[in-house]
Amino acid sequence: MHSHPDLIAAFRDGLATGTLPPGAKALPAEIDRRFAVYRNNVTHGLIEALATRFPVVKALVGDDFFRATARLFIAQHKPTNPVLMLWGEDFPAFLRGFPPAAGLPYLADVARLEYARGIAYHAADPPPLTGEALARAATGADIACVALHPSVQLLRARHAFVTIWAAHQPGAAPGEINPLQEEIALVLRNRLLDVEIWRLTRAESLFIVGLGKTGHLLGAAGAARVADPRFDPTHLILRLSAAGALISRETTDV
Amino acid sequence: MTHMPTALGLTASLAAALTAAAGAAQADDMKMEKCYGVALAGQNDCAAGAGTTCAGTSKVDYDGAHWKYVPAGTCVTMKTPTGMGSLEPIKS
Repeated sequence: MHSHPDLIAAFRDGLATGTLPPGAKALPAEIDRRFAVYRNNVTHGLIEALATRFPVVKALVGDDFFRATARLFIAQHKPTNPVLMLWGEDFPAFLRGFPPAAGLPYLADVARLEYARGIAYHAADPPPLTGEALARAATGADIACVALHPSVQLLRARHAFVTIWAAHQPGAAPGEINPLQEEIALVLRNRLLDVEIWRLTRAESLFIVGLGKTGHLLGAAGAARVADPRFDPTHLILRLSAAGALISRETTDV
Repeated sequence: MTHMPTALGLTASLAAALTAAAGAAQADDMKMEKCYGVALAGQNDCAAGAGTTCAGTSKVDYDGAHWKYVPAGTCVTMKTPTGMGSLEPIKS
């Protein structure tokens, strides 16, 4: 008789190596074939999950390359949590260190962007600041503080990952892309629960960093001005608020 | 150039931006409604009821317990193979 943890460990090993775990029961003539079917289902299911999570990576490398890559990734990075949306975080780093993909240096950055989209989609949903709260903040604009919605993520890359991602969306018009263009992406989920990706300037990204750290609007805008004396926070504040990305600082502690 | 005029100018920009955002947010609060019974499986915006927790989890098409955001006023005009959309959860 085996303890449950031993059984689970043996089963996991069996999935990787094909060694039949002790305790598996079926007709002796069929048991190896049946376990092989089970192993194949696990791998196939995980490949499909990865393909669903990283559709643009898949489009960039093609179906065969993606499936072969996913198979290798899965062998090293089994899900550690039953929540499948939390799996795949290591995929960008895996791609970065994956020699066959070296010809597509931007692949890992695109994967980071796609993972961030999934996180944004499933983020908690505190209510956005109401019109009333924003109007109150306006009366004390020098001391007003806000927080960013938990779906908001800032990503920087040495490659044109936003442009490349956008070019692989349905209906995107083909255009020239310089993959070596540095880009900054803001990922968030809007009021309609759609995930958006914005390209930000460096000054805009500093404004976001400031809001994330202290939430103090004036301090964040001042930091952005240091990078770009012409920075005007108006456009970004309106956009963030329209997307429901500005929330109360109290809400974040809940 | 001193620090003060810059800070004053920025504060004025912030106040203007927040006021504009306040106006827009008040309009936004009215715009969408939750529509039950029109979401395809996995396409619901968020879920209600036993067995499911949140967005993208509904298992059947047009489940009456799941809602999807739609432009306000369009919900009850949506015809699905199982009937019209509803502003209230549909009991099955």
